[in-house]
Amino acid sequence: MIRLTRVQKAYPNGAMALRNVSFEVQKGEFVFLTGHSGAGKSTILKLLFAEQRPSAGEVRVANFAVHGMPQSDVPKLRRKLGVVFQDFRLLEDRTTTENIAFALEATGARADTIPARVMRVLTQVGLAAKARAYPRELSGGEQQRVAIARALVNDPVVLLADEPTGNLDERATRGVFQLLREINTAGTTVVMATHDLDLVRQTDYRTIEMRDGGIVFDSAADAPEAP
Amino acid sequence: MRLLLREALLSFRRTPALSFLSVVAIAFSLFTVGLFGLVAINMREALRGVEERVEVVAFLLRGTVPETVTLASQDIAAFPEVADVTYVSEDQALAQARRELVEFRDAYSDLQVNPLPASLAIRLKAGFRDAEHVAAVAERVKGFQFVEDVRYGRDWVERLDQLRGTSTIVGLLIGAAFALVAIVIIGVTIRLTILQRAREIAVMRVVGASNWFVRGPFLLEGIVKGLLGGVLALALAYLAYRLFRGNGTGPLAGMVFFEPQHMLALLVFGVVLGLLGSVVSVGRHLQDV
Repeated sequence: MIRLTRVQKAYPNGAMALRNVSFEVQKGEFVFLTGHSGAGKSTILKLLFAEQRPSAGEVRVANFAVHGMPQSDVPKLRRKLGVVFQDFRLLEDRTTTENIAFALEATGARADTIPARVMRVLTQVGLAAKARAYPRELSGGEQQRVAIARALVNDPVVLLADEPTGNLDERATRGVFQLLREINTAGTTVVMATHDLDLVRQTDYRTIEMRDGGIVFDSAADAPEAP
Repeated sequence: MRLLLREALLSFRRTPALSFLSVVAIAFSLFTVGLFGLVAINMREALRGVEERVEVVAFLLRGTVPETVTLASQDIAAFPEVADVTYVSEDQALAQARRELVEFRDAYSDLQVNPLPASLAIRLKAGFRDAEHVAAVAERVKGFQFVEDVRYGRDWVERLDQLRGTSTIVGLLIGAAFALVAIVIIGVTIRLTILQRAREIAVMRVVGASNWFVRGPFLLEGIVKGLLGGVLALALAYLAYRLFRGNGTGPLAGMVFFEPQHMLALLVFGVVLGLLGSVVSVGRHLQDV
């Protein structure tokens, strides 16, 4: 589902964000990316949804060769992915329903299918009762659930989550993490960057630890080319 | 398409002041272009009136035989530049002088002998009323033996030519300058909208919206602003026209307003400016957000 091969990423100033990173993620896996800020977690996620391109090496996601992808193909890749951020990135002037519907509209979904699809994911994340609420009327945990619903509504094969619980209190964190696990159980591959080690220790999911742009630990015994 | 329109109009609702400002700015730019156009149209109308009166007058030697004159008239009328030739006899010339030069009516009526010569009034076809052609015709007419003298408003014709040339150049320059200003203004307002909507654009990008979906609303916004600016500019131009024309008795009473195709051209011009401004701005700034 995901394969990085000897990936390098240099910042414009010449510093290396990633050095010689290789790993593979199978369909249906749940993978934690851990490490300190600046270790390269976010950079890997950005490579996976083609926000950035590698300076060298290959990045393959859901049958797309991201490293050599023309800019015009990027939307096609992203429609196969769901992305969730620490700061939710909801549109403040739209309701829960409108925020989720926006993702469908933006990708050209048929208008008559939108309400049912929005309602389905809202129910899935447990927010059907807040369909008409604006983001400012929701708690942080609820906002992140809306963001997850928006990421799910296009039926992604991979869900990428960059510190999804970074802004949440402990209770909300548990709820959001539980939701991500349910999504994974339903068959979606999940890659979650986090520095919340408590969360990581709760489960026996595969963990890839980053430091200074390189992988220092990969709990998967059969990880190819782990340094 | 409906979605596109909704997103574009949403930006008007969200930033009414900014949108209003940009429409007004476009309107003033187009208004100035429009005012110039109005002046140009009226100048052309006026010039056409003056041009129609451009004629070559050949004064004939006294005692020229009418048959000779008739034959020569036919020759001259066959010149490619000539529209028609009218023979004005000595008596007709006197009658005309009495009619037109009211101030000298008494002087003319007391005359024992008619001092005015017979003449041929030669009118030229449209398109041949410039200095070069008029002079050429005058030269050829002068070649007839019975023609004593040829007159035409040489200065008049040449000045007319210059005026027409200058007004065209000045018009194009001012029009181009203001078009540029309008493009810049639209570009800046679109840029502000893009920055303001950076978050939304980022979300669109992440969920996999096509480039057209992201750009479409901004381009449409430019078009709508250009169109609204054009309509406002037309309204302003009409107001100015009514103001100039006054109550229909002043010196500018005969002023004309735009024909429908001119109004359409101004609106299309506004739309083109709006689109250009947004295309430039979207191209330059959409990458940054």
